[in-house]
Amino acid sequence: MTVTRRESLALGAAALGASAIPIIGARAADEIPTANVKSPDYKIEKGATLHVLRPAKFIDPDEVFWKANTKKFIEQTGIDVKVDFVSWEDLRPQLAVVANTGAGADIVISFSTDPHIYSAKVLELTDLAEYLGAKYGGWYSLAERYGQKWGTKTWIGIPIGGGTGPCVYRKSWVNEAGYTEIPNDLEKFLDLCQKLQKNGHPCGMSLGHALGDANGYSEWLMWTHGAFLVDEKGKVALDSKEVLAAMKYATELQKTMIPGTLTWNDVGNNQAFAAGKIGFTFNGVSLYYSMLKSPDAAQNAIAADTYHQDAPFGHSKVKPESAQPMNAMIFKHSKYPNAAKAYLQFMMEAEQYGPWLSNCLGYWSQSLKAYRSMKFWESDPKLIPYATAMDSPFYDGYKGPISAASAAVIANYTVVDMFASVVTGNATPEAAAKQAAKQAERYYRNA
Amino acid sequence: MDATVDVGLQRLNFVRAPDTWVTKLFDYKPFLVFLCLLPSMGLLVVFLTYPLGLGLWLSMTDTTIGQPGHFVGLENFQELMDDPVFWMSVTNTIFYTVVATAGKFTLGLWLALLLNHHIPFKAFIRAIVLLPWIVPTVLSAIAWWWIYSPQFSIVSYVFVDLLHWSDTYFNFLGSPWPARWSLIVANIWRGIPFVAITLLAGLQTISPSLYEAALLDGASGWQKFYRITVPLLMPILAVALTLSVLFTFSDFQLVYAITRGGPFNTTHLMATLAFQRAIPGAQLGEGAAIAVSMIPFLIAATLLCFFGVGRRKWQQGEAND
Repeated sequence: MTVTRRESLALGAAALGASAIPIIGARAADEIPTANVKSPDYKIEKGATLHVLRPAKFIDPDEVFWKANTKKFIEQTGIDVKVDFVSWEDLRPQLAVVANTGAGADIVISFSTDPHIYSAKVLELTDLAEYLGAKYGGWYSLAERYGQKWGTKTWIGIPIGGGTGPCVYRKSWVNEAGYTEIPNDLEKFLDLCQKLQKNGHPCGMSLGHALGDANGYSEWLMWTHGAFLVDEKGKVALDSKEVLAAMKYATELQKTMIPGTLTWNDVGNNQAFAAGKIGFTFNGVSLYYSMLKSPDAAQNAIAADTYHQDAPFGHSKVKPESAQPMNAMIFKHSKYPNAAKAYLQFMMEAEQYGPWLSNCLGYWSQSLKAYRSMKFWESDPKLIPYATAMDSPFYDGYKGPISAASAAVIANYTVVDMFASVVTGNATPEAAAKQAAKQAERYYRNA
Repeated sequence: MDATVDVGLQRLNFVRAPDTWVTKLFDYKPFLVFLCLLPSMGLLVVFLTYPLGLGLWLSMTDTTIGQPGHFVGLENFQELMDDPVFWMSVTNTIFYTVVATAGKFTLGLWLALLLNHHIPFKAFIRAIVLLPWIVPTVLSAIAWWWIYSPQFSIVSYVFVDLLHWSDTYFNFLGSPWPARWSLIVANIWRGIPFVAITLLAGLQTISPSLYEAALLDGASGWQKFYRITVPLLMPILAVALTLSVLFTFSDFQLVYAITRGGPFNTTHLMATLAFQRAIPGAQLGEGAAIAVSMIPFLIAATLLCFFGVGRRKWQQGEAND
């Protein structure tokens, strides 16, 4: 990114304007406990320049602070860095082109499994990851899962932060149904949803072709019943009594939902919730913030009544939620690997990461544990369920090895469609599980 | 002309430059033809033959996004034969094409006949009729997506909140058959202008004297339509039909924007399924195999339109053998 003076003024103005919220975490570094660890001190190549691809913003501060931090890096090191913010749908195709042609971006910040798909073409980042882990209180388990090569301690990605989708509910309506909070017990949770429906405020979770929401909901259904897609060796495990129990439960839960959830895409539940048509769903923090920051007083009132809580545990011992982290990789074809590592190090250090994270207000959740102690997490108690998004043993394709297959199963809605065909009575649980297993096996066989 | 030839001959006599192989080559007509065709052939090869060939090749490999593939022969096709989702997408595509095309032509022809009359503000109305065709499909698809929304549908609002004819909102896209019909309606809406305007152009080439003659012979309205309008409209109808069938068969945007193939893959067309498997799903080989499977259907549909509807004798009003 080449920043001219005029642009840097605009950038500063944007940083101020983007946060109607005061810039919090300006002295962020003070809040973060660090261990005294020697920095890897990368020898930056002469004349180094860097080209970075990362996902486009969903909320303004994400981009504003990322750019401001990059500008700081340029000023301190003299390395010219160009950052492209790429829309989420286009990022993976662009990543594939970079990887296959061996040209273009030095650093690609993509999602969860991607460094594993290109593991032969990316640099090992163990030294950087171990330094960051030692300095900032260690990595959360989901960060280790997506950062390390399967079954090894070798790091090939630097997970930057992830977002999760816990319960989002209207407190007054849940109280009206006779509950003070969302019960962890599955029978009681079903009872709550039945009562919500009786009172005219049903729940709504998508089982349509909604990439984030529908996959998230069906993963919750699986994990909360102790079911999983594949075993540790990558063998498809949909033929289990836990999966059947999950489908039976989903069928009962579906009866309590607002009609039309099978047609929802990723904004379906947001729209219905913001319109006051549903009383409960699973979602990221963005829904709450858009209502809180809305100029419409009615939306602010809904936001005030909106609360968050970890997804019901059911038969799981830990919260049955995962997160989709941004995951950075450096390509071997980069002519300036040390500069690239120095950039990632710089962006993960407290002076930069702190303000960025705190201004994203829970949209991204840290992958390094020390950042949990930042004050902004306590500024609004409603943020707490998002604070530990990365503290999860669950991931796409749990419990199998991370591979391209788990990404294909998600993209093809294999598990979502299994549930969808059963809850609508279009297939028996046994037949749906068999068909989903067949489709999943095809991807896992080729992986 | 003669003069220049003369001059040329004289020059030849004078100079008599030796015929180099270059001049001989350029005088050789087949070579010159080839040379002049080269630019357009280049375009065709680069933008049509190469992608098509690459698609064919990919369909016989196990390429994924990120990994170069190996040749696997017809394995992708064998697996598709055994894949109920693929077969559903095939039947959906055929059903969608047949029903939507029939709808578009019935309504489009009707509209064209209406517009062919002298009505006030004719040019203005004709321009308005074109609107659904002009609006980018993705935008109109989003509009339809709102119309079919289970919570915010204008149709439901009118019937439930204004007219009180029903208690519950319509669930247009929630189950397979209503979802398919809803998509077909949206496709017909978008396709009518193309058919109507094309057929209107055809109608205007029919000489009014034919209708006057028919009038003198005492032909009824139906007879005029069946004996004059239809046969003379056939050539353009054949072209419009072919194009419309091809557009509908390979439709992608409407379905992808409105249902993404849901609920549980029951509204996937071959094009949307191919995209879902190939790009988000990263299985390029499998997606290419689905796309390649469309080719025989497209060729068959084209041949059917051309030879079924566009028979020359019928066009010229002669009896069939």
